[in-house]
Amino acid sequence: MLITQRLSSAGIHAVLIAYSLLALFPLALIVINSFKSKKAIFRDPTGLPLGDNFSSKGYDSVLNNSDFPLYFGNSLTVTCVSLVLILLLGAMAAHALSEYRFPGDSLIGLYLILGIMVPIRLGTVALLQLIVDLGLANTLTALILVYTAQGLPIAIFIFTEFLRSVSKEIKDSARIDGLSEYRIFFEVVIPLVRPVIATVAVFSMIPIWNDLWFPLILSPGEETRTVTLGVQQFIGQYTVNWGAVLAALSVAILPVLVMYIIFSKQLIRGITAGAVKG
Amino acid sequence: MAINAMRSGLLAVGMCLTGTAAAQTVISIESWRAEDQAIWDDLILPVFEAQNPDIDVQFKPTTATEYNAALNARLAGGTAGDIITCRPFDNALAMYEAGSLAEIGSIAGLSNFSDVAKAAWSTDSGDAKFCVPMASVIHGFMYNKDAFAELEIEVPKTESDFYAVLDKIKEDGTYIPMAMGTKDQWEAATMGYTNVGPSYWAGEEGRLALISGDAKLTDDVYVQVFEQMAKWTSYLGNGYQAQGYTDSQNLFTLGRAAIYPTGSWEITGFQENADFELGAFAPPRKDADSKCYISDHTDIGIGMNAATENKEAVMKFLEWTTSAEFAEILTNAAPGFFSLSTHDIKVENALAQEFVAMRGECEPTIRLAHQILSRGEPALGNQLWTLTANVINGSQTPEDAAKEAQANLDGWFKP
Amino acid sequence: MANTERPTHRRPIRWYILVFLAPATLIYTIFAIYPILESLRLSLFQANENGATFEGLANYARLIQEPYWAEQFWNAFKNNVLLFLMHMLIQNPIALALAALLSVPTLKGAAVYRTILFLPTLLSVVVVGFIWQLILSPLWGVTPAFMNFLGVGSFFKPWLGLESSALVTVTLISIWQYVGIPLMLFYAALLNVPEETIEAARIDGLNGWWIFWKVKLPLILPSLGLVGILTYIGNFTASFDLIYSIQGGLAGPDYSTDVMGTFLFRTFFGFQAQLGDVYMGATVASALFFIILIGVALYLFGVQRRLQRYES
Repeated sequence: MLITQRLSSAGIHAVLIAYSLLALFPLALIVINSFKSKKAIFRDPTGLPLGDNFSSKGYDSVLNNSDFPLYFGNSLTVTCVSLVLILLLGAMAAHALSEYRFPGDSLIGLYLILGIMVPIRLGTVALLQLIVDLGLANTLTALILVYTAQGLPIAIFIFTEFLRSVSKEIKDSARIDGLSEYRIFFEVVIPLVRPVIATVAVFSMIPIWNDLWFPLILSPGEETRTVTLGVQQFIGQYTVNWGAVLAALSVAILPVLVMYIIFSKQLIRGITAGAVKG
Repeated sequence: MAINAMRSGLLAVGMCLTGTAAAQTVISIESWRAEDQAIWDDLILPVFEAQNPDIDVQFKPTTATEYNAALNARLAGGTAGDIITCRPFDNALAMYEAGSLAEIGSIAGLSNFSDVAKAAWSTDSGDAKFCVPMASVIHGFMYNKDAFAELEIEVPKTESDFYAVLDKIKEDGTYIPMAMGTKDQWEAATMGYTNVGPSYWAGEEGRLALISGDAKLTDDVYVQVFEQMAKWTSYLGNGYQAQGYTDSQNLFTLGRAAIYPTGSWEITGFQENADFELGAFAPPRKDADSKCYISDHTDIGIGMNAATENKEAVMKFLEWTTSAEFAEILTNAAPGFFSLSTHDIKVENALAQEFVAMRGECEPTIRLAHQILSRGEPALGNQLWTLTANVINGSQTPEDAAKEAQANLDGWFKP
Repeated sequence: MANTERPTHRRPIRWYILVFLAPATLIYTIFAIYPILESLRLSLFQANENGATFEGLANYARLIQEPYWAEQFWNAFKNNVLLFLMHMLIQNPIALALAALLSVPTLKGAAVYRTILFLPTLLSVVVVGFIWQLILSPLWGVTPAFMNFLGVGSFFKPWLGLESSALVTVTLISIWQYVGIPLMLFYAALLNVPEETIEAARIDGLNGWWIFWKVKLPLILPSLGLVGILTYIGNFTASFDLIYSIQGGLAGPDYSTDVMGTFLFRTFFGFQAQLGDVYMGATVASALFFIILIGVALYLFGVQRRLQRYES
């Protein structure tokens, strides 16, 4: 019994380790080669950047000839502001939908989560026109508004499901204490939804950070370029300079990696907190 | 590099201070020559800016493959740059007809260009002109001189020479005979089909015959070019189907391939990256008795975004691009882009000279599908990309590809 | 909005409901619903000399009848369907298997594995596309070298460049990146299976393998449905990013990786010699809208009802 258990546990580890390697290998390859000279990249792609192979020229071109700090600032601004808006407005709407009965409540609830099924991308034609008419073309605001609209349905869906499962008693006792509805939301509901915030955040953040479509169309300007678009452009500009391209990719990966490692515990705890029961 | 960093640093600061800064007019150029950023930033624009301190010109390129789509989006959205680098013929014409490009016939310096050059950026009647002709590029082949010397090969003159050379390189095995891939599709069509094609369809004669309806793409002379493409397959590198344009560039500049079908626009990049000696030769003629033809393509023009708010500054800049000074800087700062102006400019770069020399021996023409034939759906220009790639990949026979191209053209084109 | 806030006779207007709902509803209506409706409207027009005229369903007829459009449309549609099936048959089973392994209660280091397995999902498609292009590149030789090492070098092919394998290859790359999402959904569902149920099964003499099939799997069926529909939607929309960054707008070779997203992009913005067409672009977008809607409706009325998700 104990032996079969050991064996199966070793088997499980073997499978998971194999898959982990598959997940990590490509990243490692990029980072390793970004520190090598062009000749070394080609001659010995899997070799470590040691001795003759080592070169930091790629990073020189990235740091001197491009605006990656600017792109990062843009991506960070867009992602963070959109996230805050999605979380706050989403929680507010979900609270209204789950807490109060009012005429048309289920209809508006359905209307608000319709967007999960219908990607805004399909409205690009009109969206571009709208953004231009509002004078928002080539601004980060345009991206933030679009991403907020895009992220709201799933946020509202998850929050509503979660809030419905939370007992009403806490809120009712707060009401008896004489708290206004606004204070109930901020002081009772917000702490309540904390476990699912991470879930919503991850589900909203990934498509925003990684999006190529809307930056390419709504805000392709130099000043509003996001990291994803910046990398795409950089690859085009330094076609044959692989050291630089790989360095740019590494530069784009590292901050995400660091942020992820710091927050991964909360993120995964959030996802598995029982919010997304499916 | 340091200058660049400072430049972008200042730019960033400048952006924050917009409004408080001096009354300088800032205009920007849309271009697909992302590779030339440094040339424009360091060599071309400073000259203009020194003469016009009140104008700040910024070069803002988009990658070539994304240029048209991104530019159209920006034009539709009103966020496009003030100056637009124009592709020739149908593409720019459509942009003019859509009201995106302004009429610029009033530029006095236009008299410095031949009618042929101006035709690429005029309406069919020639009444309206929408871009100043800038440069042409010459198609041909580049080769690794060291490799040729090592294998004791002569530069090929005729089709049979050409294949003899390829066979010899292949037999030897040290080098991949030819660096070209089909993944990006345009590479196959531009470097292959339109590069060697003129020798078969007799340059302008064959191109104009298609437009007048006297010839069809299914005629022998055009099918033969597809047949050539099919023959090329065996000389390409392993896995050429997944080889993109930049892969080809790397393959050649790393010295792993001996011949690179290309055009003069590669000169700067290649001379920077290759550590062997580069040479160029013209597309092979059919046989020793026939004429040779080159595609001397009117490739780049420069025009004004009709919606610009800095019309005066833009016109000033466009006027400058007609000057001998600009022609001189361009020709020698970006060797391989040959000024279309009638100014007498001496080409200094040796490799560029080799390309220019081809003009002396061969009849010039432009790329087959650019004029008139790419005005409908589907545009012949795009068709040729996919079809040439298919023929090289062996998924379509030359006859089949020719038939499909003609059938699609018949769908909308009336000679 | 007005509808929802119609005051009842008995109660005073509860303004706070409006305050809670209005911001989200406004942003969502203006930047999500309006553009989509506008797209639907534009798809009924066609450009001509004097602007645009109403043409009814003519654009849709062109899309599925005119050879030039129909060929591209059905090809993209077919590829999307293939993409969806491959994700369902490869990605989701892998995700389920990994989630099942991760949720083994005695497993040590589960947190580390979770972190690693979810990592690719966080990367930008541009990065992922470039990385895999390099790894699979016949020139760079990482894959051929690796395969030679395993003694199967002769099986190496330039997969991304072959019509027969390009779509599968792109799909596998997509799976590599996105397997983390269904993985996490399954994982969460598996963790939520009550301990008592599992204990009861164990007392009945079932081993881990059978507990998974007989006890856990039926309990997490709802999340299978959710993953299915998310895969369906993502396949029609998110596939653009990856294919565009790996194969470019022409989705080569010979359109073998063309999906609705790349087709829409080319139609709307034009490509190279081809100019864009706003109205046909809107038509393609609207067609895609209906395709997604049909799928979601089937899910809601068929699959979901059977799963009795809203039982409680």
